[in-house]
Formats: sequence, structure tokens, C-alpha cells
Amino acid sequence: MSVGTVIDWLAAVALVSGALLSLAAGIGVLRFPDVLDRMHAATKPQVLGMLLLLLGLALRLRTAADLGMILLVGVFQLATAPVAAQMIGRAAYRSGRVDRSLLDVDELAGDPPRTGE
Amino acid sequence: MTGRTRRRAGTSPPRLGRRRDQLIALGWLVVVWNLLWGNFSPANLLAGLLVGGAVLVFFPLPPVSFGGRLRPRALLRLAGVFVVELVSASIHVAAIAVRPGFRPRGAIIGVRLRVRTDLNLALTAELLSLVPGTLIVEVDRDAGVLYVHVLDVRSPADLTGSRDRILAVEERVVRAVGSAAELRQLTTEPTEAP
Repeated sequence: MSVGTVIDWLAAVALVSGALLSLAAGIGVLRFPDVLDRMHAATKPQVLGMLLLLLGLALRLRTAADLGMILLVGVFQLATAPVAAQMIGRAAYRSGRVDRSLLDVDELAGDPPRTGE
Repeated sequence: MTGRTRRRAGTSPPRLGRRRDQLIALGWLVVVWNLLWGNFSPANLLAGLLVGGAVLVFFPLPPVSFGGRLRPRALLRLAGVFVVELVSASIHVAAIAVRPGFRPRGAIIGVRLRVRTDLNLALTAELLSLVPGTLIVEVDRDAGVLYVHVLDVRSPADLTGSRDRILAVEERVVRAVGSAAELRQLTTEPTEAP
């Protein structure tokens, strides 16, 4: 088996597992009962699932221009996904759209922090 | 790059440090511009300098005080542990998502960090947000408290475990980029709930 074949197989494994993680995330968004639970599914598989998909692409394409673009996509996803997740989570909590019966402990309740923005 | 971003507190006047931070930002923007166009050419470098300069002039960022130093071994450890946690937590959340008839219970816990600088708060929150199972709901910047939503809580022991995990992330961040004084804070600051 040549090196190229091995890399192609690695790329295939990365692409399929990334796709499966993204599928699980989609199911999670549908099934989880609450905004905060859904955010776990909606924003996180972007991270590992997307990194695996990008890795698969990089292994398959192997040209400098594509690798640069893939690197940028990865960097910006990692930098922006947490911001989006936090903004939605905070908005949901502040507007009271969080189902408290699903929370075992809520240390934020009754002790709203002073926001220092 | 690590050699140039390293700066000890008080060794350079703030204005000079700010100029250097802006230069590093400009260099990064030029690299991004060229990567976006797909190749490095004189025209792309020139256009990148213009666009990067305009971005820095019209969208200035508040200065970030970086008083620590970069430690390569601790950085590698931070990255390595992050990847391991990312993989195990992603599989965990995916398994919860597809398990039939399972309704996960969550909790919001407040964790007071021991090193309450903006940089440490931001880095710790960023890393926590990237790992499935923990979601930042609110940040109390003045008190240095992160309010974290934890997925799939079954017992009080799970909560203690989550709190310890969050503090461990903070410790790895400080060990990678913190100053000597911040490293000492890790052991002297109490870690009880706020």
C-alpha cells in the first residue's frame, strides 16, 4: 500500500467520523429539552466534528492554498464558536427562557452578578 | 513569535508595548489576508498592509495587559490535555444525544477563578466553551466568577468533579502563560464556591 493510499484512508476515516459527530449533534438539538442543553449539542460538535472534517479535507487536498484556507477556517471557528454559545446562553438565561425544573443546582439564581462591560 | 510576544511587567513603557502589540496584530492580519487570497505575492502583501492598517485604525481593540511569559512545555500540555478532553467529552455528549428516552439534567455552578485577570478569564472561558458538557452562561468580570452550565449531572459528586475540572483548566492556562506571581496565586487563593 502506498503512502498516498494510507493518507486517503485516514482522510476517509476523519471525514466519516466528523460527519457522524455532526449527525449526533443534530439529533441532540432536536431531542434535548432546553435551550442550554441544546447549546451543548449545537455549538460543540462544530469543534471536534468540524476539526475532523477539516483534517479529512486537508489530507485529501494537500495543496498549499487549500491548507492555508483550512487553517483559517479552523482558527476562526475555534475563536468564534464559544462567543456565540455564550451570547445565546446568556440571552436565554436573562430572558427567563431556561427551564429551572431541569436544573439540579443554580448558583446564578438570586445572585445576579454585576456586569462589568 | 514566542520570543517577541514575551514581555515582563514593567520592562517596557506602556506606549511602546502598545505599539508592539499593534505591530504583531498587523503582521497577523497581513498573513490572514494572504492566506485568504491563497498565495503570498507582493501585491497581496501591500494590500494586506493597507487593509490591516485600516482595521487597526478604525477598529482599535482595548489593550490587553500581558504580564506573564509563555512556557512551551506547559503550552504543549495545555493543548494535549485539551484535545484529550475534547474527544472524550464530544463522545459523551454525542452518546447522550442518541440514547433513547434519556433526559439529561443540568446545573449552573459558579466557579471563582484564582487569577482574576481579563486574559485568564477569557482564555479559561474560551477553553471551557470549546469542550462539550460545559457552557458559560454568565461572567462576573469584577469578581472573577464564571457561571458554567454543566450537562448530565447525576449526583452532588458530579458537581464537585466539574468544579475541580474547571479549576484544573485554569491552572493549566496559568502554568502556560501566567506570571510567577499568578502561579503563586494558584496555591494561595482559596477555591471555595463564591
